[in-house]
Amino acid sequence: MLFRLTDSAGQPRYLQLMQQIRHAIESGALNDGDQLPSIRTLAEELVVSPGTVTKAYTELEHEGLIAMHHGAGAFVCVSRRARRLGDRVQAARERVDELIDELRDDGLLDDEIRRLFEAGLLRAAAATRKR
Amino acid sequence: MSAAVIETAGLSKLYGRSHAVRNLNLSVTPGRITAFLGLNGAGKSTTIRMLLGMIRPTEGTGTVLGRSIDDPAQSVALRADVAYVSEDKRLYNYMTVEQMVRFTSGFFPGWREDLASALLRRYELPAKRKVRHLSKGMRTKLALLLAIARRPALLILDEPSEGLDPRGVEQLLEALVAQCAEGTSVFFSSHQIEEVERISDQICIIHQGRLAMDASLDELRTSWRRVDAVLPGGPQPHDFTMRGVERLRTRGQQMSVVASGNVDAIVARARESGASTIDVTPVGLREIFLQTIEPDSIAEN
Repeated sequence: MLFRLTDSAGQPRYLQLMQQIRHAIESGALNDGDQLPSIRTLAEELVVSPGTVTKAYTELEHEGLIAMHHGAGAFVCVSRRARRLGDRVQAARERVDELIDELRDDGLLDDEIRRLFEAGLLRAAAATRKR
Repeated sequence: MSAAVIETAGLSKLYGRSHAVRNLNLSVTPGRITAFLGLNGAGKSTTIRMLLGMIRPTEGTGTVLGRSIDDPAQSVALRADVAYVSEDKRLYNYMTVEQMVRFTSGFFPGWREDLASALLRRYELPAKRKVRHLSKGMRTKLALLLAIARRPALLILDEPSEGLDPRGVEQLLEALVAQCAEGTSVFFSSHQIEEVERISDQICIIHQGRLAMDASLDELRTSWRRVDAVLPGGPQPHDFTMRGVERLRTRGQQMSVVASGNVDAIVARARESGASTIDVTPVGLREIFLQTIEPDSIAEN
């Protein structure tokens, strides 16, 4: 598996790495049981501080996407359910992207779109509570 | 949290009447890569030389790996655990590369022979060549090899990438990352922002002898933002004298704010002021650095 970090400012590098690993798992490039490179190997490959890799792995372990076995390294662990969830998230992301494009075409600003989403979620949460 | 590998309190150095370093309070966390940024003459080398006991502080105290920096007896023990790659790469010019490696290995019980020969090949250092005939880049690589093969607990480097070609820089960064993965704490001074931004965990900025910033790179990347807004009524800078605003510039209806945090509140304020557009974009370390060493410029238009 090849990872590459872009030099985009504004985001911690460990988050970039997490997204790439998550994407690799969701897209099927990494499968259940696959071993991830050791922290040292990946740090050297990407030329980033080992702390960056450690943090990404630790966070992904919290999310349950990988498991770290002391001394043996990190392994991908995705259940079928998690994979299906990944597929659903991927599909939802595409729908959200389409909707954003449409709203922008209608002349709405990103901030306005964001507020609409937030307000919509709040309304939905309030409705759920009432039920 | 384990004890700091470098800790100073009120560290100062006066040359004549001018302060090279002024009341410096540093605390460097172990197991990480910490960058020490500053302009030329900001006090980076003076600080490092005080940490290593090479010059005495005028005032203040400090410890490195728990040992006092101004106690000559402890300073000797200290130098066994701390590897230092100086700006001028002190080496014996009359020795060959091979002799220099063998000579240095004798002083350190933990010397890694395998690592030394691997690095010798990797850096393509000519074993039989006299040190005096090495290029600047080769001298740096040799100094780095000698520092790494002793497996120090702390590696201190003063402007290590100075004079290296792009491949040399890459090898240097890889070496620092690998060294950190072995458990060595790395502290290096530099004014090469791009290199610093690639490998560092923590950023310390020194300016005119004072510590101007000490923050994790993740934190900086998350919190600093530029907010650009168009305010049809004309921006009122005093509306934006608020926490987080580091710089504010206006031109006509446009306003540009560089903020170190509190971005949501700044955006909300812009919206209240009737902004027709608001854009929030990331700020790179170069700009953060330049902003940190600039005098306060909020009032400036």
